[in-house]
Amino acid sequence: MLKIYNDGKRITAALSGDIDHHAAREFRTVLDETISHSRPELLILDMEQVGFMDSSGIGLILGRLRTVRASGGEILIKNARPEIGAVIRLSGLGTLLVEPKKQEAKL
Amino acid sequence: MRRYTVNECKVQFPSLSRNESLSRSAAAAFAMQCDPTVEEIAAIKTAVSEAVTNAIVHGYRDMNGVVELVMRLYSDNTVYIQIKDKGRGIPDIKQAMEPAYTTAPADEERSGLGFTVMESFMDKVRVRSAENRGTAVTMEKRLTGKRDDER
Ligand SMILES: Nc1ncnc2c1ncn2[C@@H]1O[C@H](COP(=O)(O)OP(=O)(O)O)[C@@H](O)[C@H]1O
Ligand SMILES: [Mg+2]
Repeated sequence: MLKIYNDGKRITAALSGDIDHHAAREFRTVLDETISHSRPELLILDMEQVGFMDSSGIGLILGRLRTVRASGGEILIKNARPEIGAVIRLSGLGTLLVEPKKQEAKL
Repeated sequence: MRRYTVNECKVQFPSLSRNESLSRSAAAAFAMQCDPTVEEIAAIKTAVSEAVTNAIVHGYRDMNGVVELVMRLYSDNTVYIQIKDKGRGIPDIKQAMEPAYTTAPADEERSGLGFTVMESFMDKVRVRSAENRGTAVTMEKRLTGKRDDER
């Protein structure tokens, strides 16, 4: 469901499966443990293995964004499918999305 | 010519959160007969997931009940979807549909964007509700592909 790759101040969380209301709690628990343990400067949510996300995922991202930013960090989202990207943009979180072309250069 | 119903399917399930994924899979399977694009399938799944989640989270808050999903395919290749609950109902529908409006407690981390997502992914969204009687969300989306029986 979730794999964490930690290289110091940058942490990548590779999410997998569907992110909906039912699954959100488990994602939240693991992400919060990681955040409070490592206080990342950059938390990268890798969505390559996420096949579905609805607005429950927006609540999940917004909640983590609050805690990560509170300690001066930031979240970026990479490899989101177009339709998941659309949900993220609808919520105003589009600036967190790393576009495929820029991905290599930025990360 | 007036459109007619080509196919119809009704699914009923208890208000358990694991049925959120079941309901959107059922909707995706129903839409397959219209040779939908990847985007169309994703749109329908997302909209159904939002409405079913609302029935479970808000409609049947602190109670259990039955959620009904009705899917219809019309002759003009429009997919009609209705999600009904017999829960608490919505006192002010216009307010409920505003982006970022939610009545859920903060620790549940609802974004208040469910209706916004439904409206952006579907052609039509209609909400009927009565307090303590329940809510019905009706959505339609016209698909671009050909139906099985036309091909
Ligand atoms: N089936 C329902 N029964 C009762 N209230 C509902 C229902 N669907 C939506 N609502 C109300 O509308 C509000 C907005 O819904 P939505 O846009 O999906 O945001 P969220 O689910 O994140 O709160 C909910 O917080 C709730 O008050
Ligand atoms: Mg909702």
